[in-house]
Amino acid sequence: MITLRNVSKTYHLRNRRKDQRKSRLAEEATPSLKAGSTASSGLPDDGGMDRPKADANVIVALKNVDLHVPQGSIHGVIGLSGAGKSTLIRCVNLLERPSSGSVVVDGQEMTRLSSSDLNQARHRIGMIFQHFNLLTSRNVFDNVALPLELMGMKRAEIRERVMPLLDLTGLADKTRQYPAQLSGGQKQRVAIARALASKPRVLLCDEATSALDPQTTGSILELLRDINQQLGLTILLITHEMEVVKSICHRVSLISGGELVEEADVGDFFTAPRTRLGREFLNDFLQLEPPKALVERLEAKAGANTHPVVRLAFSGDAVSTPLISRLARECEVDVSILQAKVESIQERTLGLMIAELLGPAEKTRQAIDYLEAHDLHVEVLGHVQRDD
Amino acid sequence: MSSAMIDLILQATLDTLYMVGVSGILSALLGVPLGVMLYVTRPRQILARPALNQVLGIVTNIGRSVPFIILMVAIIPFTRMIVGTSIGTNAAIVPLTIAAIPFVARLVEGALNEIPPGLVEAAQSMGATPGQIIAKVLLPEARGGIITGLTITVVTLVSYSAMAGAVGGGGLGDLGIRYGYNRFNPTIMLITVAILVVMVQGFQSLGDYLVRKSDRK
Ligand SMILES: Nc1ncnc2c1ncn2[C@@H]1O[C@H](COP(=O)(O)OP(=O)(O)OP(=O)(O)O)[C@@H](O)[C@H]1O
Ligand SMILES: [Mg+2]
Repeated sequence: MITLRNVSKTYHLRNRRKDQRKSRLAEEATPSLKAGSTASSGLPDDGGMDRPKADANVIVALKNVDLHVPQGSIHGVIGLSGAGKSTLIRCVNLLERPSSGSVVVDGQEMTRLSSSDLNQARHRIGMIFQHFNLLTSRNVFDNVALPLELMGMKRAEIRERVMPLLDLTGLADKTRQYPAQLSGGQKQRVAIARALASKPRVLLCDEATSALDPQTTGSILELLRDINQQLGLTILLITHEMEVVKSICHRVSLISGGELVEEADVGDFFTAPRTRLGREFLNDFLQLEPPKALVERLEAKAGANTHPVVRLAFSGDAVSTPLISRLARECEVDVSILQAKVESIQERTLGLMIAELLGPAEKTRQAIDYLEAHDLHVEVLGHVQRDD
Repeated sequence: MSSAMIDLILQATLDTLYMVGVSGILSALLGVPLGVMLYVTRPRQILARPALNQVLGIVTNIGRSVPFIILMVAIIPFTRMIVGTSIGTNAAIVPLTIAAIPFVARLVEGALNEIPPGLVEAAQSMGATPGQIIAKVLLPEARGGIITGLTITVVTLVSYSAMAGAVGGGGLGDLGIRYGYNRFNPTIMLITVAILVVMVQGFQSLGDYLVRKSDRK
């Protein structure tokens, strides 16, 4: 279980350190001055103290992040480059110390631990990285053994712990090989075995598949899913790939500019993201854009002689219902399908369609109401002039 | 060549090996920890102590910038305090070691700098203490680079030891100067130079072999 409450992180760039120290000194001087002066001094109250610093040398990497990942669940955080994903995940095991806020992992407040308690706590949090970070000087077995050596475990005990992990990750025949002799996927398997060696309750994955090809990505994600199911491990993973979210996450958060802007169950997110950024991620992923020629003719407002172009997303029962033909019959509109696609998002089936609704304005409006009444997610992309 | 001459050359070769060997080992024993300190006390490093780091850096740079021949003379009182004399091979070992320590330290620091920061981060995420990171990550991962640095140091020590010999340190340099230059015996001069060349080649090959053996990349 992972709970972040109101976590913020600011970086102060180094070249301005002297200036910052100066202004901090000035800030410290102000309250004492105030204390010395009477309340009726008539001086204007200095509001400058908690004014947010719009300083170019202060980078707000995380802002008031609240996140809860229940035990045994897989939570994805997706965002563009520089959104603060790595900072967020590194705040969980305090590789990065939050500027403010609370980080609770398995009931333990991480930010208040002494450094030796923090090391103990980190034994119960595994982490894997985009570039694997295996020690080149150690073979596969010894890499997986490293966290156990750090805990002071005996050699014989280490063996007993490491071998099953190498079996689990499919590396039993590679124990004596060095990382340089392994493929990317194999390296990440070693990293996963290493992260699991200390029997952690929580696994953090920082872009764990971003350096791998799609097929290898698939097999690594499958391994993570197995681990989640077999060991009941809580997984927090960050990624910029919707594919990763789609194939293993239960819930997903969207991060932008250091803030979590949207959180949803994965099925809901893929059906109807609530934010613009969410929709952009989804559209990019589905590659379901209206044809270019149509986009050029799209107008934002309905005119006298136009009809709407809509994007329909439907899941569950709606997928197997002949809605389009019913729509034509019951609402008396014609439906011209421009693009359509069926995706399976874990156990759910998701249908997507871009279509023109042809008919009088009154009828097409009714048709949209009808679709929404049948639990379809309808987004009007625009209106096109009738050709005829 | 007389057998006395051969004995002289043999003795001088052994003296040089002795000076290079002892000062090499001592400078490694002291220089490697100093290099590690220079690295781990940097800002944002695992034992960040910026002020200490600056002091160590300045001291190291001073050690590196004093020409060896001046260093040798300047520390004569110190040498006397340690070995009781300021001439001979034992006396030469003191300035050789002192000159080599900062040299080794900077080369070790450079080797550590080559380690991807992600490896240290991974160890930290496993709850490694700074001491464990040094022993299990930094030193093993930089092993090849450190051996390369020590090889460069030993080769440099061979030529420095010849310089030390010139001012009464014994060894091949001493022999070359005394017989080859002062008494104008070109054969001796050539032989000492040839032995020095072979010695440098030998150390370099040994170093390269050890680097290859430790390199898993
Ligand atoms: N050590 C640091 N010092 C200063 N700024 C930093 C530091 N680390 C990160 N940042 C800044 O914080 C912001 C968030 O960075 P972060 O690495 O968390 O992004 P990310 O979402 O992981 O990006 P990517 O997908 O490229 O890895 C960026 O603007 C980055 O420049
Ligand atoms: Mg990142």
